Amino acid sequence: MIRTASGRFGAAFARRSPGSRPGVIPYVMAGFPERDATARLLLACQRAGCLAVEVGIPFSDPLADGPTIQRAGALALSAGMTPEIAISQVAQARSAGLEVPVAAMTYINPVLSMGTRRFAAACSAAGIDGVIVPDLPAEEAGELAATLGEHGLAHIPLVAPTTPRARLARVAATASGFVYCVSVLGTTGARQRVSPQALDLLARVRSVSALPRALGFGISRAEHLTELTGHAEAAVVASALLDSVLGAPGRDPLEVVEGFVRALAGEGAERS
Amino acid sequence: MIPDPAAAPGGGDTPGRGRFGLYGGAYVPETLVPALEELEGAMEAALADPAFVADLGAWLRDYAGRPTPLTPARRLSEACGGAEIWLKREDLVHTGAHKLNNALGQVLLARRMGKSRIIAETGAGQHGVATATACACFGLECVVYMGREDMRRQAVNVYRMGLLGAEVRPVDSGSRTLKDATSEAIRDWVTNVENTHYVIGSAVGPHPYPTLVRRLQRVIGDEAREEALRRFGELPDAVVACVGGGSNAIGAFAAFVDDPGVELIGVEAAGRGLATGEHAASLVAGRPGVLHGAYSYLLQDAHGQVLATHSISAGLDYPGVGPEHAALRDRGRARYVGCTDAEALGAFHRLCRLEGIIPALESSHALAIAERRAAELGPGRRVLVCLSGRGDKDIDTVRAAAAEPGGERA
Repeated sequence: MIRTASGRFGAAFARRSPGSRPGVIPYVMAGFPERDATARLLLACQRAGCLAVEVGIPFSDPLADGPTIQRAGALALSAGMTPEIAISQVAQARSAGLEVPVAAMTYINPVLSMGTRRFAAACSAAGIDGVIVPDLPAEEAGELAATLGEHGLAHIPLVAPTTPRARLARVAATASGFVYCVSVLGTTGARQRVSPQALDLLARVRSVSALPRALGFGISRAEHLTELTGHAEAAVVASALLDSVLGAPGRDPLEVVEGFVRALAGEGAERS
Repeated sequence: MIPDPAAAPGGGDTPGRGRFGLYGGAYVPETLVPALEELEGAMEAALADPAFVADLGAWLRDYAGRPTPLTPARRLSEACGGAEIWLKREDLVHTGAHKLNNALGQVLLARRMGKSRIIAETGAGQHGVATATACACFGLECVVYMGREDMRRQAVNVYRMGLLGAEVRPVDSGSRTLKDATSEAIRDWVTNVENTHYVIGSAVGPHPYPTLVRRLQRVIGDEAREEALRRFGELPDAVVACVGGGSNAIGAFAAFVDDPGVELIGVEAAGRGLATGEHAASLVAGRPGVLHGAYSYLLQDAHGQVLATHSISAGLDYPGVGPEHAALRDRGRARYVGCTDAEALGAFHRLCRLEGIIPALESSHALAIAERRAAELGPGRRVLVCLSGRGDKDIDTVRAAAAEPGGERA
């Protein structure tokens, strides 16, 4: 049985019909491809039938990211993106009708720089539901997780194929919203296949936690989602989506994103 | 200013594993956590194993050329008109810098852990050369990440690494210097963690690296302390070392940190001057933050984005610094000061002319401050400088600087 988290994540996962394909969680880099396109891109993802959205707040030195997200982040930073602006763009999207859950993804330094409490309060006020920090393992996450909790935000930890079982249980116990499962050894970036180690990790997570599982890193096509049916409740699609925008410079990025997400969400996807 | 402990990640009041006061920790992607735990266990076991320690000692003696001499800089001291300046000659270590102390130790450790592939980052190229050298001794595959800009500045070292059988991978992200090479090495490690050991080159990075690198570099301080006691019958009045990430400095300081009478001075790159913003002086001009897995002083903007740095010396051109230095700074046990490109160049030329030693530009920063401190302390006192490397690699940079208007004599 899948435990339902409270709030928008809980509701979104609860609406999925049993045995359906994983819901799509597209990644939008705040400020990419244009500084002020973020809110419109989030709404385009919602129209395309995503389960939730992830909003990237760019950092100058993103250790967990491959070339695509590095490049998108660098472009966003040079366009003047900051954590404060990114958060306010989510608020803008909420007031324009965004209803799907939103997870903010960033690195720990911008959060510390802003101040953990100020960051959490701003996220909460903007209608963000959870926070993902890929360079904050459980040993370092205590304070941020507690502060997020106080502000009604989900702390969404990452688990990896190298995470041993005992640690997996410990990390999953700190999670709310969902557990972010990293599919491969490596950084973000589109890949050809879903790796066997990803399926193994998803099974191991289910053995220690009832929370929904989202698989990320390398997910790029509709077949991957079909393959994941029954193994994961959601899939994060980041680099492949940004690649589609980077690869179509002449086209309207809103159309590109909406089309890409719709193709992935496909038949049987959740509509909100 | 001492940062508010409540503002430190983790609360700060109970120093956790791998913490130096508020600083340190391991802010890394989850994938690497088990590897860092394995490394910590292997480090503790190896350094407590007399056989490993003896093996490392033999390599340092028979191959690296340790112990290195303590050289009196007689004419330089005379020119300063103050305290005697003594040079701990890490420039005489095989490959030309202190970096080999750490690289040999880590490669021996990697072998013990059964890792078949070695990666490293490099700025000036000295750590890359040292790691390539250690890998050649054991026939290990070696990949070195180096910023494209540093490859241009240090072309000879790039060629040396190739001769030693290493593959140098250019890094084109960010400022194309040491910071970006380090990020790329960590990304490689996340991808190849199962068979790869990452030989980090300075006392930076996630726990246990700052501790591991300090333990492998403290041979500098231990030898210097012993030699000082033997020759002077007392300790030096001050120990001066340059600080990029801070490995030669932490190695030199480690032996003296419990001797309250010994002043410890770390010298950061003030580049074109602290006021210009074009420098790499994290402890002098930064504020605490997280880069490359550790909480320490960091040059960053108001939004927590890491700033571009400048130093004439590629080895000091880094926006972060080892977390143990951050703790020593806050405790007031060590003092950190800046030295500009121009001041370092001046000291470079004086050491060449007065002592017949061509120092690395990194070490020249320490020399400039040591000269100043020697003059202040006056006769009858002693200043020990860690001459961390030799300057052959910097000849082109020095020649170019001399050709600039207002540059030093050629």
